[in-house]
Amino acid sequence: SCPLSSRCCGPSSTSPAMNCRAEVLEVSVEGRQVEEAMLAVLHTVLLHRSTGKFHYKKEGTYSIGTVGTQDVDCDFIDFAYVRVSSEELDRALRKAVGEFKDALRSSGSDGMGQISLEFYQKKKSRWPFSDECIPWELWTIKVNVVNLANEQERQICREKVGEKLCEKIINIVEVMNRHEYLPKMPTQSEVDNVFDTSLKDVQPYLYKISYQITDSLGTSVTTTMRRLIKDTLAL
Amino acid sequence: AMDTDLSSQDRKDLDKFIKFFALKTVQVIVQARLGEKICTRSSSSPTGSDWFNLAIKDIPEVTHEAKKALAGQLPAVGRSMCVEISLKTSEGDSMELEIWCLEMNEKCDKEIKVSYTVYNRLSLLLKSLLAITRVTPAYRLSRKQGHEYVILYRIYFGEVQLSGLGEGFQTVRVGTVGTPVGTITLSCAYRINLAFMSTRQFERTPPIMGIIIDHFVDRPYPSSSPMHPCNYRAGEDNGAVYPSVEDSQEVCTTSFSTSPPSQCVFTVTKAHFPTPPPVVTDTLKVPVMGLAFSHQLSSSRLSYQPAALGVGSADMGYPVLFAGGLNTAHPHQLIGPGKEGGVPPVPSQPAHGTQADQERMCTPLDGVHYSAATPSSSEDTETVSNSSEGKCGSPHDLLETIFIRKVGAFVNKPINQVTMANLDIPFAMFAPKNVELEDNDPMVNPPASPEAESPLQGSLHSEGSSGSSTGNTHDDFVMIDFKPAFSKDDILPMDLGTFYREFQNPPQLSSLSIDIGAQSMAEDLDSLPEKLAVHEKNVKEFDAFVETLQ
Repeated sequence: SCPLSSRCCGPSSTSPAMNCRAEVLEVSVEGRQVEEAMLAVLHTVLLHRSTGKFHYKKEGTYSIGTVGTQDVDCDFIDFAYVRVSSEELDRALRKAVGEFKDALRSSGSDGMGQISLEFYQKKKSRWPFSDECIPWELWTIKVNVVNLANEQERQICREKVGEKLCEKIINIVEVMNRHEYLPKMPTQSEVDNVFDTSLKDVQPYLYKISYQITDSLGTSVTTTMRRLIKDTLAL
Repeated sequence: AMDTDLSSQDRKDLDKFIKFFALKTVQVIVQARLGEKICTRSSSSPTGSDWFNLAIKDIPEVTHEAKKALAGQLPAVGRSMCVEISLKTSEGDSMELEIWCLEMNEKCDKEIKVSYTVYNRLSLLLKSLLAITRVTPAYRLSRKQGHEYVILYRIYFGEVQLSGLGEGFQTVRVGTVGTPVGTITLSCAYRINLAFMSTRQFERTPPIMGIIIDHFVDRPYPSSSPMHPCNYRAGEDNGAVYPSVEDSQEVCTTSFSTSPPSQCVFTVTKAHFPTPPPVVTDTLKVPVMGLAFSHQLSSSRLSYQPAALGVGSADMGYPVLFAGGLNTAHPHQLIGPGKEGGVPPVPSQPAHGTQADQERMCTPLDGVHYSAATPSSSEDTETVSNSSEGKCGSPHDLLETIFIRKVGAFVNKPINQVTMANLDIPFAMFAPKNVELEDNDPMVNPPASPEAESPLQGSLHSEGSSGSSTGNTHDDFVMIDFKPAFSKDDILPMDLGTFYREFQNPPQLSSLSIDIGAQSMAEDLDSLPEKLAVHEKNVKEFDAFVETLQ
């Protein structure tokens, strides 16, 4: 069962057939790059996890709408990515990422946290039990915010983070290509247990975004220095 | 019988899916290299033409090219569809950047449902392709195309040809989809040298020519299909002439002639003693065999490659020996690749200058960087004129490149025959006192010269020493003023010779002299305990710090 099932809205499923796939990505970015980096990763995942709107017809058949895509250029990173053409979806992601960024900033100088994108299915339970949320895929992005001293370092960071994000995109695509568990295509009555049908132009799988800020270990210079050195070595 | 094979309907559907998948793949790739941001709208109501539930526009020309390449066939084992992305500069040089391969292997998945699972997985694969096309190095290049280069595509069907990507190309897999007739794989092989070439660097065109030349090879396979620009705009003339690259040409033309084949004259004047040789402007002329190069490059400003200078002395002999047969036309001046002089380092082996030696041709370029000659070199008094004077016709298409150099002092005569016409000759102060000058003089008997030194100098030295050892007067030995090779005397007050003289015998380092050295050493030793104590105090902090780095 999913090790992070506590995140669900209800009791976790104990069904052995359910596997929650968990993927973890790590990035080190400068403060002003956090939003764009998070959006790039989240949008890339959701590009693969969104379909067109379903239109159910008689006899249990359905047709699927069309998903448009668009290029997004980053301002603070030498990077571009493709996202689904849906303003609603973009707004929802920006809101979540904005909250995460603010939480990171206000947590102190530590700058470590993680944002999670979880895909789940709802399993309806009889009254008085609430519906179960069964995660089937969990993406966690661990973020490390670095502070840079001068413009030259920032320029290098622009390029480095761009390259790192390219790697992340390739990683994401690798996972998607495994063609592992995906929820069965639902009947009309079940569609809301599998997909988020609230958007008007696209239909992503049901998802949840949450985040955690790592406890600051104090605002001493040592902590920042340590991370800077680690990051420099890692980069 | 139990039919595990595809139903005919499924088979028809599968073939259709694969065909349209191939067409959409080409569209996604080419559109990703147009240099523009792509944007398509989502539509909740399905339209009949949106294959795989994705809004991917169809550029008619691209579809046409893809259909032409496929010629009614489908990707199958051994028959892959390839989209080749390459870059072409306004000068006409081109370089392959990526090959996107849509292949089919034999691994079949008989159980999979065609109309549903395969279709959806193909849709997912197209989404992956959209994502991956933005993360290979060529994407950023393609976004900046237009002025100095364009991105071209070529579609071919058959065997994958990766040789044009240079060494060490990388591969990224976009994805696979199993079908009952085989597994479709989509991948990209891309040149990695670009990865170290940020687009900004690319925009400074002089270095680019080096890179282009490095990878420019004759196509091993003649293109079966023509290249097309990705930058497709309806109505625009695809054969448009691109604006010439002014800046870089300027930089290069200040150094070299733009008209191939060009020469600069490196001549040796014969000086006969006892007449004093002309001072300062005396030049050493020597013919140098240049490398041949292919016609394709001759139009490039880099066709001028004064490469093989001072080819093995056995072949050329002492340069001066050519003097007799030389065209001692009036000398030209030469711009050197830097202030120290105009003779580029030379491959140690003789240059045979065959057309196949394209790689060797790169050597001077790689080694010297003088192709991106800095404007400062124009300050040199040695300048090359864009003249095509001098010998050109030599057999086997060899280019004779001749330099004019100011040369230094190679004394091979007894000292009293040296003409001190120039008063600020550095050697002058030594002249009266030391009869064995020429033996001690490093200019005559040089110490082993370092590798980087010009072989010309080396050969002159060696001939000089052998000349002095034999002691005879060779009419063809040149007597020139006491100036070391490759130095200038009119810009800096101190030239190489003076510098060499002065610093030949430097004073002792003060720290090595007994009294001063001993004093400071004692001081150091005294202060050591103090310093140690301070470090001891902080040892815990340092240890903790080191711990945290683990």
